Amino acid sequence: MGWIKRVIALTAKDIRVELRTRYAINSLVLFAVVTLVAVGMTIGLQINTPSLHAGFIWIAILFSSLQAQSLSFVKEEEAKTGDLLRLYTDPGVVYIGKLLFSFVLSAFLAVVLIVLYIFLMDLSVPDMGQFIVMILLGTIALASATTIIAAIVSRTAMKGALFAVLSFPLLLPILIVAISGTESILTGVKWTVLFDDIRILIAYPAIVVTLSYMLFEYVWNE
Amino acid sequence: MADNTTNKLQLNVKSVSHRFGRRRVLSDVSFRCETGDAICVTGHNGSGKSTLLRILSGLLVPTGGDVELIKGGTKLGKSERRRALRLVSPEISLYESLTGFENIELVTKLSGVEVSQSEMESALEEVGLEGRGDDMFGAYSSGMKQRLKIATAMITEPAVLLLDEPTANLDDAGRERIYHIMHDFQVRGILIFATNEKQEVRFGGQVVGLD
Repeated sequence: MGWIKRVIALTAKDIRVELRTRYAINSLVLFAVVTLVAVGMTIGLQINTPSLHAGFIWIAILFSSLQAQSLSFVKEEEAKTGDLLRLYTDPGVVYIGKLLFSFVLSAFLAVVLIVLYIFLMDLSVPDMGQFIVMILLGTIALASATTIIAAIVSRTAMKGALFAVLSFPLLLPILIVAISGTESILTGVKWTVLFDDIRILIAYPAIVVTLSYMLFEYVWNE
Repeated sequence: MADNTTNKLQLNVKSVSHRFGRRRVLSDVSFRCETGDAICVTGHNGSGKSTLLRILSGLLVPTGGDVELIKGGTKLGKSERRRALRLVSPEISLYESLTGFENIELVTKLSGVEVSQSEMESALEEVGLEGRGDDMFGAYSSGMKQRLKIATAMITEPAVLLLDEPTANLDDAGRERIYHIMHDFQVRGILIFATNEKQEVRFGGQVVGLD
C-alpha cells in the first residue's frame, strides 16, 4: 500500500477519533464562543478600526489553535498508542498524517471563529475572497509550526510550559504578517497589495514543513 | 533448487546493555537465533525483560551493544526491520475509541498490508473474538484487549514476534488459544517472549535468564 494511503489512513483515524470523542472540538468551540462573546459584549461594537479587528481575530485563532495542536501528539503518548505508531509505520507518515489533521482541525476552527466574529462584531469585509485566503493561509502556517512543536514536547514533563515557550518565537513572525494582511483586507485593498503577505504565508509553512519532515524522525524516536 | 537459507532470518543480540540514568537495567545480554527458534526471556520484576523486548523491537536504543536482524547475509535497515518485527506489550495500546475491526484495519494500512473483511474476521476468530469486531476497543475486557493486540500483530505476518507477558489477564481458554498461536508461529518465524509463568517456559527452545 502506498505512502499516501498510509498518511490518509492516519489522518482519517484522527478525524474519526475526534468526531467520536470530541476531545478537542468541544473545548475549542467553547473557547471560541466564550472569547468572542466576552469581547463582543464588552467592547465589540465600539471597535471600528481594521487593526483592532485584525488583532482580535488572530488572537482568538492563535489561542484556539495552540490549544488544539498541543493535544495531538500528547494524546497519543497518554493513551499508550504512540509506540503503536512507531512500531507500525514510518515517522514521515506520522508527521504528514498529523499535519493534515492539524490543518483540518485549524481550518474548521477558523471557520467557526470567523462566522461567529462576523455575526457578533457586525464586521463588514470588503472582499470575502481575500479574507478567506488570508485566514486559510494563516491557519495553515500556524498549524505547520505548532505540529512539530507538539511533537517535540509530547514526551517531556513540562508539556504546557514548554509548548508556550517554543511557540512564541516561531509563531510571532507569522502572526505579525497575518494581522497586517488582515488589516489591509479590512481597509479594502487590491490583491496586488497583499502579494508580499501571501508570499510569506506560503513560504513560511513550506520551509517549516520541509525542515520538520527532515527532523521528525529524531524528534519522534528519541 | 531454491536455497531456503536465504529466506531465513537471523537475530543477533550482541552484548546489549541498558541504563536508565544511573540505574543499569540490562548488562551484557547476548544470544543468537533464527527462523524456527523460540526464546523465552525470564527474570524477576524489574530485571529488564520488557526493556530487552523494547530494544529488540527498535523502540529503544541500547546504551551498549547492538541488535542485528540479518536476512540472506544482509543486515536489515530500520524500515525493513520495522516491517519484520511486531511487539505486543502491556505498555502499547490500540485505540479505545475505534472498534476491533477499525483497529485492525488501521494497523494493517499503516504497515502497508491490504487485508479483506474475511481475513479480519478470521484473525478475530483465531483469538476467540468472533462477533466482537464491531465493538469499541475501550469496551473490551483486559483479556479481550490482549487477544485483539495479538490478532492485530499476527495479521501483518511478522517474521519476528515479540510478546511481553503474552497471557497476562487471560482466562484458561484464552491462554490455550495464545499458546496455540505461539506454537504455530514458532515454526515459521522467530518467537521471543517474556514471561514469569512456568508453564510458558516450555515454548522456549532457549531461555534467556535476566536474574
